[in-house]
Amino acid sequence: MSVALEATWIPRRYRVAAVRPELPDTVSLELDPESGESPAFEPGQFNMLYAFGLGEAAISLSGDPADRARLVHTVRAVGPVSRALAGLAVGASVGVRGPFGRGWPTATARGHDLIVVAGGLGLAPLRPVLLRVLADRACYGRVVVLVGMRTPREILYRAALDDWAGRADLEVEVTVDRGDADWRGHVGVVTSLIAQLALDPRNAVAFVCGPELMMRHGAAGLIGAGLESEQIFVSMERNMKCAIGLCGHCQFGPAFVCKDGPVLRFDRVGRALAIREW
Amino acid sequence: MRVEELGDAVAGCTRPVEFVTGEYLLRVGAPADECFLIEQGRVALEAHAPARPAQVLATLGAGDLVGLSWMLPPYRWACDARAVRPVRAIAIDARRVRERCDADPRIGYHLLQAVLRAAIDRLQALRLQHLDVYRGADP
Ligand SMILES: Cc1cc2nc3c(=O)[nH]c(=O)nc-3n(C[C@H](O)[C@H](O)[C@H](O)COP(=O)(O)OP(=O)(O)OC[C@H]3O[C@@H](n4cnc5c(N)ncnc54)[C@H](O)[C@@H]3O)c2cc1C
Ligand code: FES
Repeated sequence: MSVALEATWIPRRYRVAAVRPELPDTVSLELDPESGESPAFEPGQFNMLYAFGLGEAAISLSGDPADRARLVHTVRAVGPVSRALAGLAVGASVGVRGPFGRGWPTATARGHDLIVVAGGLGLAPLRPVLLRVLADRACYGRVVVLVGMRTPREILYRAALDDWAGRADLEVEVTVDRGDADWRGHVGVVTSLIAQLALDPRNAVAFVCGPELMMRHGAAGLIGAGLESEQIFVSMERNMKCAIGLCGHCQFGPAFVCKDGPVLRFDRVGRALAIREW
Repeated sequence: MRVEELGDAVAGCTRPVEFVTGEYLLRVGAPADECFLIEQGRVALEAHAPARPAQVLATLGAGDLVGLSWMLPPYRWACDARAVRPVRAIAIDARRVRERCDADPRIGYHLLQAVLRAAIDRLQALRLQHLDVYRGADP
């Protein structure tokens, strides 16, 4: 086995430096390497986080790509591994392999209007995109952020969204599926907001992340607004094992999500996304 | 949608209107004589149940048609619509438009297609909203 391949197989030890509760079932973990620096990553890439003794899960990098000192991962407890990860305390050890996959094509978006459409936890892999864009804001045209969440109490990164909404150089709209007595914002699916945007479709690039059904509707809405499939990128989620294109666990049509994705251009996946799996 | 998409049926049957926050555009059960195409602002579609606060089913914004039940008998609104942000809109005289459509089914069919498109988009959105796609794993 080559040294490079070994490095992608063997988890490095990180220590939990901080735990930020986000939602009742979701936390953000800040991780410091036990030695050396963290490798650089691209927005949209993921790591395999290893809960020792239990197993690994693919978790997106959700922190600032410019920050090499600390990794940030936002984990929702849905099964054994993610539950163990979300329950880690400050000082605990965790194994990290990665970063893996192809991320969002932020270089392609430079010089264009950028439309970011996020649903639920799908905002996690898009947060590094926004942090990168804001660090270099003048290089992009109009930047629109459309976010869909379940309820007002389940808005991920609410403080950051409030901050971004207050900026003159970002257009941020948050919608929820179900409002409550205090909610004064949008109610309805995030994809309905696309038609209200008055986009210049020739000059736009869109990044969409969330549950597959939401991404399919989101892409349809963007195409309805005049974008071509080639201007739309989505991030796919499939079960991962090796994360380096060897085991075939994550195959989606002709693509291996771990290696060719998770971010894929919509013209490559649109047809497969419409196939019924159950 | 843009008002031109509704075709000849609405020509000369429109007027600009504004609503302040809190004002109702439609009331459930009221005669469906005038619908609205939002140019700017936000409108909440609300449903009421006894002894409960009104529930917002969806909010509508620029380009959305407020009021769909004006095309079919009994010509009464099916829910409340309230401005939750100041609204600028085009009011469409539904009564006159219906008369025109009855008189000329060709323009009526064109209008019906445009309104049906809006209704289908709304239905698709409500379906997705109802599917609760952001729910985590069950406890
Ligand atoms: C590229 C990529 C990036 C990802 N990024 C993140 C991330 O940033 N944060 C994060 O929390 N997860 C992320 N995931 C999802 C995570 O890898 C999976 O949820 C993983 O299966 C969790 O492992 P587990 O052992 O805890 O649960 P599993 O044993 O795999 O699943 C347990 C139960 O939960 C259900 N389940 C699995 N995933 C979900 C889900 N997403 N929502 C609701 N129910 C689910 C399963 O159907 C099963 O019933 C990502 C996945 C991929 C492929
Ligand atoms: S996870 Fe093994 S090929 Fe992708």
